Amino acid sequence: MSKLNTYKAGPDENGHFAMFGGRYVAETLMPLIIEVEHAYNKAKKDEAFQLDLRSYLKNYVGRPSPLYFAERLTKKLGGAKIYFKREDLNHTGAHKVNNCMGQILLARKMGKKRIIAETGAGMHGVATATVCALFDIPCTIYMGSKDIERQSQNVSRMKMLGADIIPVISGTGTLKDAMNDALRYWVANVETTYYLIGTVAGPHPYPAMVRDFQSIIGEETRGQIIEHEGKLPDSLIACIGGGSNAMGLFYPFLDDNVRIIAVEASGEGIETGKHAASLNAGVPGVLHGNRTFLLQNNDGQITDAHSISAGLDYPGIGPEHAWLHDVGRAEYVSITDKEAINAFQTCTRLEGIIPALETAHAIAHTMKIAGDLPKNHVMVLNMSGRGDKDIDTVSTYIKANK
Amino acid sequence: MANLTGTKRIEKRFKDLKKAGRTGLVTFITAGDPNNVTSNEILKKLPGSGADIIELGMPFSDPMADGPAIQASSLRSLNNGNLMLTTLEMVSDFRKVDKDTPIILMGYFNPIYLYGITNFVTDAAKSGVDGFIIVDLPPEESEMREPVKKAGLSFIYLIAPTTDSLRIPIITEHASGFIYYVSVTGITGTTSAASGDIATAIKKIRCHTDLPIAVGFGISTRKKAREIGNYAEAVVVGSAFVNKISENLNEDGTIKDGCVVSVLDLVRDIADGLSQ
Ligand SMILES: Cc1ncc(COP(=O)(O)O)c(C=O)c1O
Repeated sequence: MSKLNTYKAGPDENGHFAMFGGRYVAETLMPLIIEVEHAYNKAKKDEAFQLDLRSYLKNYVGRPSPLYFAERLTKKLGGAKIYFKREDLNHTGAHKVNNCMGQILLARKMGKKRIIAETGAGMHGVATATVCALFDIPCTIYMGSKDIERQSQNVSRMKMLGADIIPVISGTGTLKDAMNDALRYWVANVETTYYLIGTVAGPHPYPAMVRDFQSIIGEETRGQIIEHEGKLPDSLIACIGGGSNAMGLFYPFLDDNVRIIAVEASGEGIETGKHAASLNAGVPGVLHGNRTFLLQNNDGQITDAHSISAGLDYPGIGPEHAWLHDVGRAEYVSITDKEAINAFQTCTRLEGIIPALETAHAIAHTMKIAGDLPKNHVMVLNMSGRGDKDIDTVSTYIKANK
Repeated sequence: MANLTGTKRIEKRFKDLKKAGRTGLVTFITAGDPNNVTSNEILKKLPGSGADIIELGMPFSDPMADGPAIQASSLRSLNNGNLMLTTLEMVSDFRKVDKDTPIILMGYFNPIYLYGITNFVTDAAKSGVDGFIIVDLPPEESEMREPVKKAGLSFIYLIAPTTDSLRIPIITEHASGFIYYVSVTGITGTTSAASGDIATAIKKIRCHTDLPIAVGFGISTRKKAREIGNYAEAVVVGSAFVNKISENLNEDGTIKDGCVVSVLDLVRDIADGLSQ
């Protein structure tokens, strides 16, 4: 592992985190992506913009989210002291809204007349539809047909909020295909439309911008854990689909002596080929505007991801994670469908918190390692979202696997 | 005279077109669509039917800038088990019978990146490929440019209606072969462009480059091709041929008898229009 002075310097001006990231898009999109970058750079330094954002996050989203000591889970595992950063308590029920609030304010500043977004689990779709309702901007959500089926509750929520849902039947009908079609729509409507990407992926500046908007998670955690424990945490853990809740928690701690663990979905097991573990089982490639680790065959064709959790069912990962993996700053592990379901049930019964299936992956890995860590080890888990949307999926799984 | 290859072959083709006072026809098909035998047959007969330059699509699982027609053609080819090598073999095969018609490979970067950029460019040059259009490599992502140049091949850049005057020189500075002007703000095979806008855009591009300009995206008929041909050195037609292929498939995917003829008839029709 190379020792750097700081892990927070990236990306460079072209959006590269060493060999990862970048702007691999059609020329039609390039000018607009540069426009988004300029607008974002300006907003970053614009005090009025930042004040506005803070105010919405506080009064509308309900920030700061609590940092909760999960005492019963800690006792059961018998080792590390486990805290939950309660992003599930945000308005709309996940971390996604932090990013949506930032980007919708940016889109308004840019004078865009329509918002499009992709969604997997539907949490990003719901958060996008919500801020679009709030600011009265028409909203179109691209969602894979398979995800529409397994996250039907979120589909109803989005429709209720006034969003148009476009079912995507190409490919496997999951998140990757939703992103393809959102990009295709965007290419055809660049002048009027803002693409509100839901994770730290896509072309520059999205990975850095989404990370910045999500970093409030880690910034709050810093203050809160010092209040609780009088010190920084010993470790951080989060699930990763594209990697936004993880980057949001990790980023403010990258230069501290804190162990960082991110949990991918290994579906039915990496050995079965039915998984979504792009860092553990993929190789570098270029998709959706950036270079990162991808699930693909030997000829460079993207292969299908699989996870019981729609939000992790993606064959890539944000480029900054690819880089953190490469330089060895963070550990990337994986958890199967079965382990996640088990953790989902454990957390629900022990803490009275129904976690999102995505989050359940982080809980499952915590359950694997916490027992072996000393009692004074302080661990913060990002409770990225609530699991109401997953009740049917979990019930069906339990019935089928009795 | 020795046969010209790479950028030289493309330049020669445009010089000859100019001499003949004719707008060139660039035809796009996806390699291996609907299957290898038929695709090979179409490819070999394209020049005889009026194609001046051939764009051969390298199938990709996630063609971000393509509409439903080309997406489907990519899938048909991949479902037949086609690889990047299959595409190169098609070109070698073609070169045995045609040494004059430039072939441009068009596609997305990932399969090339995985193959290895230098290896791919070398193998492509050996097969008789003359240039590349890589949709998701704007001038800012330049890693393929030098190897292509070194091999004597062309890296052909796209300019879009959204490309502003500041970007045009950034693109033309690195372009070779010809400039591909994308005439619609959109994906392949959807809308069609207004001629007035195209004329204005082309005038702007010509301030920055002497390279020939081909106009594509959204041109599907003889009439439209003729109209646009007034402003450019060549027009590109793609989805219309790919649609002809899919119209000539039975529900179970087998190929109807008239498939090849029907594609080539459309090529001939559009080419004749351009020659008048
Ligand atoms: C609750 C929750 N957690 C995590 C994720 C995964 O996304 P990311 O890795 O960007 O945080 C999702 C995505 O839908 C989600 O809904």
